[in-house]
This record gives sequence, structure tokens and C-alpha cells, in this order.
Amino acid sequence: MTTLTDPPRAGFRLYLLFNDTRYRSLTFQAIALMLLIFAFAYLGSNLFRNLTAAGLNISYDFLGSSAGYDINQRLIEYDSQSTNARAAVVGILNTLLVAFLACVTATIFGVIAGVLRLSNNWLVSKLMAFYVEIFRNIPVLIWIIIIFTIMTAVLPGPNKFRGDSATASMVLDMFAFTNRGIYVPAPTWGAGSSILVLTFIASIAGIFAYRRYTTKLLYDTGRLLPVFWPSIALLLMPTILMYFVLGRPVGLDLPELRGFNFQGGLKIGGPLIALWFALSVYTGAFIAENVRAGIQSVSKGQTEAALALGLRPGRVMNLVVLPQALRVIIPPLISQFLNITKNSSLAIAVGYADVTATLGGITLNQTGRAIECVVLLMLFYLTISLSISAIMNVYNNSVKLKER
Amino acid sequence: MKKTVFLGALTVAGLAAGASAAATLDDVKARGKLNCGVTTGLVGFAAPDANGEWKGFDVGVCRAVAAAVFGDPTAVEFVPTTGKTRFTALASGEIDMLARNTTWTFSRDVDLKFEFVGVNYYDGQGFMVPKDLGVGSAKDLDGATVCIQTGTTTELNLADFFRANNISYEPVPIETNAEAQQQYLAGACDVYTTDASGLAATRATFEDPAAHVLLPEIVSKEPLGPLVRHGDNEWADVVRWSLNALIAAEEMGITSANVEELSAGTNNPEVNRILGTEGNLGEMLGLSADWAKNAIMAGGNYAELFEKNIGETTPIGLARGLNAQWTDGGLLYSPPFR
Amino acid sequence: MSNFQTNPVAFVREGMIPSAPPPYTAGGPIKWLRENLFATPANALLTIVAAYVIYLVLASTLPWVLNGVWTANSLAECREILNGTSGACLAVLTERWPQLLFGFKYPSDQYWRPALAFALLFVAVAPVLFFDLPRKLLTITALYPFVAFWLIWGGTILAPILALVGCVGGYLVYQRFVKGSFAIGFFGGIAAAFVIWMVGGALIPDGASENSILTAIPSRDLGGFMLNMMLGVTCVSLSIPIGIALALGRQSRLPLIKIICVVFIEFIRGVPLITLLFVANVMLAYFFPPNSSVDLFLRVVIMITMFSAAYIAEVIRGGLAALPTGQYEAANSLGLDYAQAMRLIILPQALKISIPGIVNVAVGLFKDTTLVSVISMFDLLGMIRGPILASTEWNGVYWELLGFAALLFFVVCYGISQYSQWLERRLATGHR
Repeated sequence: MTTLTDPPRAGFRLYLLFNDTRYRSLTFQAIALMLLIFAFAYLGSNLFRNLTAAGLNISYDFLGSSAGYDINQRLIEYDSQSTNARAAVVGILNTLLVAFLACVTATIFGVIAGVLRLSNNWLVSKLMAFYVEIFRNIPVLIWIIIIFTIMTAVLPGPNKFRGDSATASMVLDMFAFTNRGIYVPAPTWGAGSSILVLTFIASIAGIFAYRRYTTKLLYDTGRLLPVFWPSIALLLMPTILMYFVLGRPVGLDLPELRGFNFQGGLKIGGPLIALWFALSVYTGAFIAENVRAGIQSVSKGQTEAALALGLRPGRVMNLVVLPQALRVIIPPLISQFLNITKNSSLAIAVGYADVTATLGGITLNQTGRAIECVVLLMLFYLTISLSISAIMNVYNNSVKLKER
Repeated sequence: MKKTVFLGALTVAGLAAGASAAATLDDVKARGKLNCGVTTGLVGFAAPDANGEWKGFDVGVCRAVAAAVFGDPTAVEFVPTTGKTRFTALASGEIDMLARNTTWTFSRDVDLKFEFVGVNYYDGQGFMVPKDLGVGSAKDLDGATVCIQTGTTTELNLADFFRANNISYEPVPIETNAEAQQQYLAGACDVYTTDASGLAATRATFEDPAAHVLLPEIVSKEPLGPLVRHGDNEWADVVRWSLNALIAAEEMGITSANVEELSAGTNNPEVNRILGTEGNLGEMLGLSADWAKNAIMAGGNYAELFEKNIGETTPIGLARGLNAQWTDGGLLYSPPFR
Repeated sequence: MSNFQTNPVAFVREGMIPSAPPPYTAGGPIKWLRENLFATPANALLTIVAAYVIYLVLASTLPWVLNGVWTANSLAECREILNGTSGACLAVLTERWPQLLFGFKYPSDQYWRPALAFALLFVAVAPVLFFDLPRKLLTITALYPFVAFWLIWGGTILAPILALVGCVGGYLVYQRFVKGSFAIGFFGGIAAAFVIWMVGGALIPDGASENSILTAIPSRDLGGFMLNMMLGVTCVSLSIPIGIALALGRQSRLPLIKIICVVFIEFIRGVPLITLLFVANVMLAYFFPPNSSVDLFLRVVIMITMFSAAYIAEVIRGGLAALPTGQYEAANSLGLDYAQAMRLIILPQALKISIPGIVNVAVGLFKDTTLVSVISMFDLLGMIRGPILASTEWNGVYWELLGFAALLFFVVCYGISQYSQWLERRLATGHR
């Protein structure tokens, strides 16, 4: 019989710090800590000495002083007398807006391209392969500039709409596509419009209730009610009825060429469109590859088994392939969303007023507070990235394969 | 494998940094080159030509300072800077002086701790519009879309002007002049605004310059000049008086053509003092006696630099205007050399 | 067969008839068309839409490119030659070709140096990329950085030789002590290399670069596509060892080291590269000792290397996680210590799995090197947006230049990604 005995406890010697497993990890950590502290102290002292030599200081007072410049796209109240902090917030909201829009459309583009790339149609699958390759292999900055240039050059300027010899005209008298942006009608909310909105929300709730009911009916009795058309009817009918009953409370504010620009309506600015579109098609190409890989990862046996059970092809996709493919698609999709958010910082190339252009651009230029601005900028992106990954990780865990 | 080269480069860079010297002039002399910050490309002021040579009005100032220090106008390293990086580059010592059409403002001078040594170009912000828009005054621009080149005081002046006149506008900030120009020509903005000199330079490159007009309003004062770090007065003096030498040379009639001849000695004592044949001005600056002569020989006096780079014979075609000598009704006024 | 002649049947086939050709719809191009393009009505519609899209794109670009002008000295001259017809002014490419590739400051009589370094790059990376080549070629790879450094920057040959001697010295020390303990060998090697550099650096006379065989070229003069290549190659190769260290640190059982690595990786991955470049450009200068000036190229290399190291660390972590636990346990049961187990068992396998991922990061990084144009460095895109478009002659030539840049990047990146796919197929055989 063997017994495990501790090695004889010799007196502590210095080399044991490196060779004895009991101390070694502590030694290494202590060394690492010392190096870290030393590095920070070194950099900090350099910073301090440099700043004192230049007579500068670190101060965030500039955030409270008035910014002095105007921003063309603002989701909150802002004018040139507002503070630099408010300008930064305007930029943050613009970043979030373009990132959100681009995430949605990139997913749509990516799913379409990914599915079509697996299509039996030779031409279409080759075209999609071409799309994916050409966008994946050319830098996004070049794409942003190219798309912005195309937009400026191809769409007419507002002056083309003017005069008798106008070479451009509005679509349906409601939409104007110009190289300054797209003008669309904006709703004007009259009296009673809140009731209309409530009706609409109620009908959406109704759709969900109806769908629950049909599913339950299907499971309980096996009877299958139509879903699509009743949903559409539920969505539109009550709202339209209410609209006329209430005497058309919601009107449209049509854009109209007055002075230099189209006035009225809702303007989606050119830089926003260019950036949004560029980020969507660029990231869409990456998502397409993820989607393709996800669909291909579902083994053929699953499809065959589903078909053998008598499911129709559409249901095979919805009920069998996609739920399994999603598990593979979601994690890389999250990192693509993060990439969109980070790449939206290239907005400066097209003059979109995101946070890099306000806080890290004009504010930095005007106040000269480089360190402060860049630190704040990095903190913002870090917060966004960490929260997106946190949210997505929660979702990811919920769709994870439940192993028992 | 590359790691080592990197570390090696780091060591070499550390060694190259060498002994710390308090005075920029000594640093520059030890280095044998002047590091001069310029813009990344504005035709007429500082832009590399087809052969990669930096050319322009600001470049001329850099060369004059280099010539004053070394007697060699080519001993300059041009460091392109953007609106964002110029101040850090100067504050951190990456460049010795900044000659990048930078406006002299209170906060830059006082808060950012820089020293503007003079003004080499009096500019002002203007507006350019297509002629067929039929606009005669900037006050008619209510509701217009305005392209701005970012990175200067332009945004602030614009906001102030429109606010003061209580009219609305929509700004489109653009990074580079080339892109702003493209937006303007495509009709994505009605107006292009930047310094009047920049507008003239831009208009000169258009296919049909006559189809665009500069509006009469000049909405800001933009004294552009070279600047150095606060606190090193000796170096600031070198740059300041190199610039003044160019201005004074024009006033005294010293040109790159006759400077050799005049430096043999003249009856005008101030010319003699500038050219170092009388007095010891160079010694006071810590430079050689013929420092100003070298500065003038580098690219000529102020008038020659102006005419060669941005004057009426160049595509940019700027008139002297405010930048004429005080004797001709302009603002150029060099303090006396004595 | 003659006894059948009495048979009342009028006709009996005695031989096989030659097989008839399949109906024309079931073979040849028509069959292919029917199966691949017009299988169902929906499919046919897709085909028509796709064909129309292709037609639209080609119809708008092809005539423009084919009608291009290749020789002219300015845009105005181009317009004169085209005389109102639509066509590309490709003359800008022929005239500014060297500037697009090498930047505007690199002396034109020295262009052969980066070109040679570029050609040698293929020789140097070949043994890394293709395992079948004799291993001895790796010596060339090891020597390449020093040769390339000397070729591109020029100056005294003593500097790269000193760097090389330092590396060799460090390696010898490592070899000598690694038998005893990996840590002593590793850190001893690094220390030895540093000692050699310090001593050697002091020995190199001042002004050794003045009249050397190759004229010294300051890194500010580098530009064009060369700058993209250099940043890409340097930063990726620097970041692989750092990435390995970070990945191992993140897997480490030592809490402090793990925390440091996790914070570093997540921080770098959480911010856009452009903000890191801002740091390199406007902040980093404040963190170096006063009165030292580290040039912009080096500062950018530092930040991009940190950036790509964090991403590569995540790829390698994936590779480490993909290894079966059995490998770790087997290494432990053989009595190997941590360094030995990692060096001999774990890392060789994990790195092999990670290679395609690393190549993907490398492609992404190479594309991201265009961002340096935002911080006033004249890379390919910076050259286009800055000096070329700002020049009086070529003001307004957007499409030709942007298209050229896109094409150049596409060729390189597509090439690398094809290699990565080939490698993935090759590596896949071992694990099925």
C-alpha cells in the first residue's frame, strides 16, 4: 500500500519561488502585478511631465461650455448655443440610429443573399457569390466613399426639380429622391389620432391572440385555420375603419420645393443613407456567409426526416432547419452587429454627425482637448459593445441546445 | 520574428531621442532638420506636387525659417497634419513649428498654450454659390444647405453668422476639400464656405470657374500665421523674425534677385542690419549673421512668395488685398529691425 | 437462325438498333439551362431579374472603361480627348502609378527597394504557408524581416545586423537554459537580446546612416499601397506571438494574469480601430518620455498590433478550447510541466486549427489599414483623397481612382482568402 506523503518540508529558499508549485503561481502574479504597476506609473508620470511641460491640464470643463457649431441631423433639441456635452449626446443618438438601422437591413440582406447563394439557380447563386466576395474583400472605408460618391453623382440635386425645364420630378408627388437625402411625407397628428394609434396597437395585440388561438386549436384538435390573410385583415381593417369614423385625424405633410431645399415632410439625410446602405451591404456579405454556414451545418438527415414525416418544404425550413441553423448563426451575427456599431465610426468620411464626428471631431478640433475627447469616445464605444454582447449572450443562452 | 525588429526600432528611436534639450533651437540645430507641420494638401498653401515636392505659401515660410537656421532651405521635414492632430503634434514636440493656415484666436493662444508669432496671411471666411442660383448676398441664404470643410474655425463662424442674422441653414461637414468640392459641384449643397483664399483656390480648379461667384460677405477675421509652443521665447523669436524679415524685405525692396548685390553693403542702414552687414542681429537670435539673407534667398521676400504660390498669375489668382504692405493700404507691417 | 423462317411473324428484329439520342430538351445546354436557370416559374423570374441586373451594371460600366483614356496629363486634357463622350480618365493611373504604389515622397530612383522587398516577401512566407516545402527554407523567413527593414528604410546596415545579432544571441541563451526551466530560458533570452541591443546601439557611431550603401529614408516618406502592405504584414506578424500570450493568459489559472488579459482583450475589441488610431495620433505622444519623439508610423504600428493581437487571441482561444481535454490530460500524465505541455503538445495542435481564423483576421486587418488615411498618413486611400484629388490636374477623378484602389485590395484579399479556404480543406482531412 502506498500512501501519499507531503515532500519533506525543507526550509524556504529563494529558488523555491520559481520552482515550487506552491509558490510559483504567487510569484508570477506578483511579478505581473509589479510590472503592471510599473508600466502604469511610467506612462502616468510621462503624461504628467509632458502636460506640465506644455502647461496643459486634464479638464472636462469644456463639456459644459457652449459648442458653437450646428449639427444637421439631431434627434433631440440642439442648437449652436448648446453645450459640448449635448453635442456629444446628439452624436451618440445618431450613432445608435445608424447602427440600429444598419443591423436590421444587414440582417435582411445577409439572409436573402445567404439563402439565394444556396439556390439551385446557377446564375443567382453565382451572382450572390460574387456579391459576397466583392464586398468581403474590399475595405469598408472604400465602400462608404464609393457609395457616397455614387449617391451624390447619380441622384439629382434639388435644383434639378426647379423651373420649367426640370430634369427630375417627385415620385407620386410625395417622395423626392435628391442627393441631399430622401424626402418622404410626414404624418401630422390631428385631434383623435391617439385613439387611432391605440386601435392599431390593439389590433396588433389581436393578431398575437389569434395566432395563439390557432396554434392551440391545431395542437388540441388538429384543425388548421388560415393565419396569413386573417392577420392582414386584423392589422388593417380596424385602423382604416377608425380612420374614417374619426374623420381622418391623421394627415400627411408633403415635402415641397421651397427656396433652396425641399421643405416639409421627413428628410432622411444623404450621409445617413450612404452610411446606412454601405454598412448594410458590406456587413450583409459577412452575414450571408454565416447564414450559409448555418444552413449547411444542419445535416441533410434532418431535412429528409422532416420530408419523410410529410412536412411541406416551407415548414421544413421553418420548423426543422432554421431553429437548428439559428444556433450556429446567432453568435457570429452578434459579432457582426458589434462590427456595424464600431464601423459606424467611419461616418466622418461622409459627413454624418455621429459621435466620432461631433465629440471626436469638431469638439476635439475646436477645444483642442484631445485626450479627454478620445477617452470619452472610447468609453462610449466600450459601453455599447459590452452591453450589446451582454444582451446577445442572454439571448444566445436561451436558444442554446438544452442538454440534459 | 518581426518582434525583434520592432524592439530594435524602439531602442533606436529611444536612442535617437537623445539628450533632452530645453531649447527648441538647440534641438533643431542638433537634428539638422526643421520639423514643420503643414496641411495634408491645400493647393497654393501646402501641397505636394507631382514629384512629391512640397510647394506653397506656408511651405515657403517653413523653408525661410530652415534657411535662417541652417542656411539651407531644404533642411525641412514636412509633417502633414490634420485639423485634429496639429495641436497635439506641436504640443508633444513632434513638430517644431506649425505653418498650417491656423487662425490666431484667443483660446488657442491662451488656453491651448501656443504662441502665434505673427500673421502671414489675413483671410476671412467667405461663401461661394453657383451663379444660376441668383444669390447676391449671404443674407439671402435662408434655408440653404452649406458644405463646410471641417477642422478650422469655419463651423463656429458659420453658426455665429447665421444666428446673428436670424436665418436658418443646414450644415454638411466634409473632411477633405476634394470631397466638399465634389458635393458642391453635384448640387448636394447650395453653398460652399471656407476661407476666401481656399474658395478662390477651389474655384480655380473647376471646369467652368465663371459659373460660380464668391459672395461679397466676409463673415470672419482669419489671421493665419505660424505658431510655436508657449514658453520657448528664443525659438519663437527665430520664427517671428524670420517671418518679419520676409515682410520687411518687401518693404525695403530686397528680393531674391538683388539680395546678393545688396548684401555687399548699401546706404540704407536698416537693409544692412537685416542682411547682417551692420550690427549683430543674427548673433542676438543665436543664428549666423546672414540668417535673414538666407531666409530671403530661400524663396524670395513676402511678395515673391505670394506671387509664386497664390498670386494673380497663378491659377489661384488671389489679389493682395489686406495682405499688401501697410504703405500700400494693407495690413503687413513689420516692426523695425534695430 | 434459318429455322425461324417458317415463323408466321412478318418481321423479327435480329440486332439492336442504335440508341436514339435523348430528346433535345434532356441534354446539352438546354438541359443545363432548364435545370439550373428555369427549373420553376419563380426560378425563371429570379434568373431574368439577375440577368437584368447584370446587364444594367455592365451596360453602365463597360463602355465607360473601354472608352477610357490612358494617356493625358490632366483631367482637362482627358475631357478634351473624350470630346463629350463618356469614358474613364485612366490616364491618372498611368501618370500617378508610382505615387499610388509608393507614396509621393519615396525617392523614385529607390523604387526597386520596396519592390524587391515585396518580391522577397513571397519567398519568405512560402515556407510558412505551404507545409510541403523543405523546413530549411524557414531560415529565409527568419532573416527576411531584417533584410526587408534594411531594404525599405535603408540607412546603416549595422542596425539590422545588430537586431539580428541580438535575436541570435537571445535564441542561443534560450537554447542553453530552456532544458532547465522554460521561464529562465525565455526571460533570459529576452534579457540577453536587450543587453546586446543596448551595448550595440551605443557602439553604432552617430551619423552611420549618412553615407551608407542604401540612403536612409524616414518612415514619414513611406506611402501608397506599400504602406498598407507594410502595416498589414508587420502588424499581423507582430501580433501573433502577442496573441498567443494573451490567449494563454486568458486560459490561465492565475487570477491576476487572467484578469489582465481579459480586460485588455475586451477593451481592445470593444472600441473601433479608428479611436485607437486617434490614440496613436493625438494621445500616444503624451505617454512617451518628454522630448522623445516616436514617429507616427511606429505609433500606428503599436496600436494596430494591439488591436489585431486581441482578435488573434480570441481565435487562438477558440483553437485551444476546441482541443479535446484528453490532450491536456495526456500531457499532464506524461509529467510535462505547463511550458512543456503547451510548447510540445497543445499549441502545435491549437495553432493548426486556428490558422484559417488567423488568416481571416489578417485579411480584415489588412483592409482596416486603409483607416490610417483618416489620421493624415498617405496610404493608398490617403494618397487618393489627399494629394491626388487635391492637385489641380486631377481634381475630380473619383471613379477611376477609387475603382483602382478597390481592385488592388480585392486582388490581394481574395488571394489570401482563397489560400485560407484551400488550407481549411487540407487541414480538414486530419480531423474527420
